[in-house]
This record gives sequence, structure tokens and C-alpha cells, in this order.
Amino acid sequence: MFWQRKDLLGLKYLSVEEINLILDTAIPMKEIIGRKIKKTPTLRGRSMVTLFYENSTRTRSSFDLAAKFLSADTIGVAAASSSVAKGESLRDTGLTLNAMGVDVVVIRHPASGAAEYLAKYIPAAVINAGDGTHEHPTQGLLDMFTIREKKGSITGLKVCIVGDILHSRVARSNIWGLTKLGAEVRVVGPATLMPLDIEQMGAKVYTELTPALEGVDVVNVLRIQMERQQQGLFPSLREYSRLFGLNQARLELTKPDALVLHPGPMNRGIEIDPQVAYGSRSVINEQVTNGVAVRMALLYLLTGGEYDAISH
Amino acid sequence: MNELDMKEKAQILDDKGMRRAMVRIAHEIIERNKGVENVALIGVRRRGVPLAQRLAKYISEIEGTTVPVGILDITLYRDDLTTLANQPQVHQTEVSFSVTDKKLVLVDDVLYTGRTVRAALDAIMDLGRPEVVQLAVLIDRGHREIPIRADYVGKNVPTSRKEVISVKLTEIDKEERVIILEGTE
Repeated sequence: MFWQRKDLLGLKYLSVEEINLILDTAIPMKEIIGRKIKKTPTLRGRSMVTLFYENSTRTRSSFDLAAKFLSADTIGVAAASSSVAKGESLRDTGLTLNAMGVDVVVIRHPASGAAEYLAKYIPAAVINAGDGTHEHPTQGLLDMFTIREKKGSITGLKVCIVGDILHSRVARSNIWGLTKLGAEVRVVGPATLMPLDIEQMGAKVYTELTPALEGVDVVNVLRIQMERQQQGLFPSLREYSRLFGLNQARLELTKPDALVLHPGPMNRGIEIDPQVAYGSRSVINEQVTNGVAVRMALLYLLTGGEYDAISH
Repeated sequence: MNELDMKEKAQILDDKGMRRAMVRIAHEIIERNKGVENVALIGVRRRGVPLAQRLAKYISEIEGTTVPVGILDITLYRDDLTTLANQPQVHQTEVSFSVTDKKLVLVDDVLYTGRTVRAALDAIMDLGRPEVVQLAVLIDRGHREIPIRADYVGKNVPTSRKEVISVKLTEIDKEERVIILEGTE
């Protein structure tokens, strides 16, 4: 099969075949990252801009390196230091970048749906690098790549996502992607941080950690997003840590070969114990490497000569 | 034109002919390199891979030495990516040995325009710096578009550009022969 879409906006919209094509393409890309000379001429003459309205270290540098490893040219626009600060709209900023001949726009924005909005107005390919609490598809894909690489297949696995599900675009992309590929997805966290519609997405809801962790193959620990915690949805970080923090004792409830994932950046000692984060089951650093591979695969697929533009 | 819409014009090699050609190439590789010390084979996906593995087997039968075999995927190095309607699927390059200072023999089924070999050379150079690179092909059908030639050729076959050379290998196609296909009007 061939890639047909102009943009990558979310995993909700992708078919199983499309997800597998991305993951399969990421395998040879990972081999390139392991070389001494990490460069192929594939995207020579193509250009990518990262347009970030929120802070980021790993996603942004990961996209930047992915593009550079494939010889594309890259520029970064941070909203705080750009014309956005003068009041330029997202649409106009997008059209300006497009008029400069950019082929791919990678956007992170605090508003859910921002990537889709931008994709509608510009001919360049748009990759959603996180929009509000909606989706973060490349994080979902790199989590799936990591799980598939370690476990061989995703079908039939039990995956538990722990934390603030309500504000988590990572959780949503994981749920869409993992359930499509045949995994059982459990979500667990404080009841105040559990969205009402989450069961309709295909996830099983738990409010206590112990039963949620029992017999799972993968634990994906979410970051407590301090920047989205101004409303007092849980009493204190200490209480959160006591009830939902992943430590060595709780990890024993999972399968003996269970993997521990975390999208980063970690609040060590709050949602995850350092012993677990740096332990033998942790694949947190490999997730970062795999993130570059998955983004290389997407940049390759999205910059195909022509596409029968399906809008998203 | 799709291969399925074409008809067979002639058979160029049968299974015995293919075996003889490959055994001869194995001998030539040994002779040219004065043995197989430091020699490694690289098969170009897709049909270059089983051919490289066969050459390694013949070399081992003749010399009693095993030579390493690598697999090269040249998709990311193609010069026509911007002109294709869809991105071709990328497969993995699997070269588990260092190519630096090796005598590499690049193996492919058909040598035609030379563009695949150009891409393969670029791909190899990204993996390291071999001492020498030689090229072995089962069929050379002419019509070069860039200055490239093979060091070892199974069979030279004059063709017209409208024809297609179809190499069938047991490992991939469940049959063993080389044929020329031509378009049906």
C-alpha cells in the first residue's frame, strides 16, 4: 500500500494499514540513526518548519534531527519570539510560511484542533505535534513502535495508561492507535482527571492502581502536567504520588517482562519512582531514539511526489 | 506497462544456465581478488539478495572460506523520488560487518540504466569506505544512462527498451529462469 494523506493530524483517522506502514518504515530509519554517518540524501531540497506555540525539548529537537538525517532543511519558529507576539493569526502565520516554500509544517498548539485548522488552509503537509488535549500522534506512534519492537506484536497485549487522562493528548493517541492494532487498553487515574467519554474510545476505566496493573504487558506512565493543574483537581502531589505513583512494589503486579514507558519529561518521585525509571524494564530512553525514527518515516511518507490529497 | 500484460518473447537462461553463470562468477571473483581474504558480498534488494547468498555458497564450496553477505536497500538513495506519484516502501539495510577497507562485490540481477548501481554506491559510501567496490550482475541488458559497467556478468543480452527482462528466482518466485517479455499491441 502507499501513503495517500497530505497531513498527519491524529491516529483516530488512520487505518490499521496506514499505522503499520508508518511503523514498518520506521525500522529502516532506525538503522540509519545507528550509523556513524547519520545522513541519507532522501529529502534533499525539501524543507520543514517547526511552529511551536508551547514549550518543548524532545519533540522539537526530534523532528529537527529526523529532518536533518534525511537531508531536509529545517527552521524553527517559536511563537513567543515571532510575529504571533504581534498578534498574527495562526492562519496567516501558516500562509506566510507556506509562501516561503515550506513543504512540511510541524505544529504544536495549546488549542485542540489547531493542526486540523491549519491543514485546511495551507497546501503544505501538516504534522500535529500536540494540539491541546486532543492528540499527539507521533508520541502515540513512537510508543507503539517501542512496544512492537520489544514484544513482537501489539495484538492481544494489555496496556495500562496511568495518570491525568483528562488533559493527556498522549493518552488519546495511545488509545486510538493501540486499540486499532488489537491491544486491550486500560486507563487509571484520579476520578477527577478521567474524561467521561473515555470508555467510548475503547478503553477500560479503573480508579485504583492495583487492579489496573494486574497482569499487564506494558505500563505507560503519564506526566503530571503542572501547567494544566491550576484547578485543584487533586489535593496534593504527595497524595497523587502515594495513590498513583509507579514504584518497584507496584511494578511487581504486572507481568514479569512488562515494559515501562513514559513520554517525558519525567517528574521523578511523583508519577514515577527513580528506581523504576532507571530500572531494567524501563524503555524510556529507547522511546526517544524511536521517536526520531518514527518522525523520519513520517517525513519520508508525507513528502511523496504527489498525493491524492485526502484532507486528513 | 505491467509485467502481467506482457508476453514471453524468449527464454534466456534456464535453471542449469543460471547455475553455471553464477558458479563461473564465483570463480572469477576468487581469481580477480587472488582468494577471498577481505572480500564481502552485498546483495541489492530484492533479487540481488538471493544471488549474493548463492555466490557466497559457491565461493565457500570452492575455497572452503565463508564470506560475509550484506543486504542493501537503495530506496532512500533513488534519484527519482521527487518524480514518483507515491513514495516507494523502504526496507531495511542489513550490513552487520564494517565495509571499511573491505573488497566489496555488489550483486544485482539486471544491469540496465545504471541508476540503481549509482544509488547503491552512494548507500555503501554512507556505511564506510571500502578498499574497492566491484559489480556482479546476472544479466547485462545494455542501455546505460550513466557511466557504469559490471566487473562480472552472467550473460550479456541485447534488448530493446520496450522489452523487460524478468529474472525468476526460486527463493522469491518459486521458479528458476530468465526470460524476455515484450508488450502486446
